[in-house]
Amino acid sequence: MSLFSLLGALEIGLIFGLVALGVLISFRVLRFPDLTVDGSFPLGGAVAATLIAAGVNPFAATAAAVGAGAVAGFITGWLNVKLRIMDLLASILMMIALYSVNLRIMGRPNVPLINDDTVFTLSLPGMLPDYMERPLMVLLVVIVCKLLLDWFFATRQGLAMRATGSNPRMARAQGVATGRSVLGGMALSNGLVALAGALFVQSQGGADISIGIGTIVIGLAAVIVGESILPARRFFWITLAVILGALLYRIFIALALNSNFIGLQAQDLNLVTAVLVTFALVLPMIKKKLSRPARKPG
Amino acid sequence: MLHAHDLHITFNAGTPIENRALRGLSLDIPQGQFVAVIGSNGAGKSTFLNAVSGELSLDSGVIEIDGVPVTRQPVWERAGRVARVFQDPLAGTCEDLTIEENMSLALSRGQPRGFARALDKSSRELFQERLAVLGLGLERRLSDRIGLLSGGQRQAVSLVMAALQPSRILLLDEHTAALDPKTAAFVLDLTTRIVAEHGLTTMMVTHSMRQALDVGERTVMLHEGKVVLDVSGPERKGMDVKDLLQLFEKVRGEELSDDALLLG
Repeated sequence: MSLFSLLGALEIGLIFGLVALGVLISFRVLRFPDLTVDGSFPLGGAVAATLIAAGVNPFAATAAAVGAGAVAGFITGWLNVKLRIMDLLASILMMIALYSVNLRIMGRPNVPLINDDTVFTLSLPGMLPDYMERPLMVLLVVIVCKLLLDWFFATRQGLAMRATGSNPRMARAQGVATGRSVLGGMALSNGLVALAGALFVQSQGGADISIGIGTIVIGLAAVIVGESILPARRFFWITLAVILGALLYRIFIALALNSNFIGLQAQDLNLVTAVLVTFALVLPMIKKKLSRPARKPG
Repeated sequence: MLHAHDLHITFNAGTPIENRALRGLSLDIPQGQFVAVIGSNGAGKSTFLNAVSGELSLDSGVIEIDGVPVTRQPVWERAGRVARVFQDPLAGTCEDLTIEENMSLALSRGQPRGFARALDKSSRELFQERLAVLGLGLERRLSDRIGLLSGGQRQAVSLVMAALQPSRILLLDEHTAALDPKTAAFVLDLTTRIVAEHGLTTMMVTHSMRQALDVGERTVMLHEGKVVLDVSGPERKGMDVKDLLQLFEKVRGEELSDDALLLG
């Protein structure tokens, strides 16, 4: 695999790292299976691309994308908390609704960003070719988001959110407004995923209605692979683990698709993903079996 | 102090499985008193406790804590006034969080939670101090997951947690019922110590008549959703389980037949 492909994989892998952080919050912290991300990732992309194509400053467009994602997550949470709709169903409803919303926002199935300024073109110093500088900039964004999350979950509000997911009844008995916690967490999670979507379209040169399909799978794969590789208690390591999981996932996919001798093609992507995630789930069990001494009969 | 007046709760009203759990229950607990509440299955003890904590809403009646009507408030809004230890040690703590994280949650009960750090040097020192009293060595295991502790240890920690912040009423929900006799005795002894040390107004629901007479200063017996017996002072001091039973029969004109209640 060439340096160009590797860096390209890293760039997308890091963007998926943001998705992984979002899924970490909803799936692991809040225990809320959230399919909204299949809709909020392209939502972020659609809002950013449409605004940029209309001449809006890319940074403002990206911020608007994050806001849109947060609203989407908030609505999913609201369906669950206020209307008492089951979490998984609420997220599926939002995912479905967002498909139409995204089409409306874009006005057409895709929005190209060929000559427009992006957050990349405006901030990269241009000392290295941009296929090298872009991953570095995404890395910076990921690090900042990671550290902010690490800080947040060490605060009292963050602890309250973790308790909301772990044992909501006990959390309420300790005075935590669990409804608000869920709403906040869902907004945060989908805001991050929308940020990823906004960066994705600016990095890939345009938004398309189909970029969101399978986002939840990517997020879950990253979280599961990451936890498998780097099991951890402390939040600092957990967030690092899921980002690494996203990177590994993306590089693995890139390797699999690039190796000619296996003969895999783009349409095999989902199968490869499924095999990888299954392996990651089974890995801890295999490790345990290998470390246990063999039992002798009698 | 607690003021509960004419509480009514009916489950599944109008259906064949209608259950009138509370039928006009009234109880006043003055500041600093330790009340044991006893009753057979279906008497309404848990329903009453859940009504006070806010997990169940009343069909009618009023609950005031320190003069403040809390009837409409959800659990988390009342939590500043109401401390609770659950019957199930698993339900009362967050299994995946560490001992110190659980205690930090309890320390912020009733306080506005901002973005200050949940754990810092001074709070850790406080937790160590409070846990050392238990004599279980838990003060050295603050960063262990609380799920690693045994049921008795978790109940002990839950009690310490309940006393970290002042409360207007401490609700103990058959909190030794899930423990073996030796551990139950340990937790009960810890309970009386902590309540005395912090002067907590306490309502302990128990299934054991023995406990109801030995612990606290006042014994209230519920039956069919109402208070039927209320003994305290010198009359209570000399009472034995069979005296309590006779009193019950006199008041209700019927025998009490719940085995678990009699033998516990």
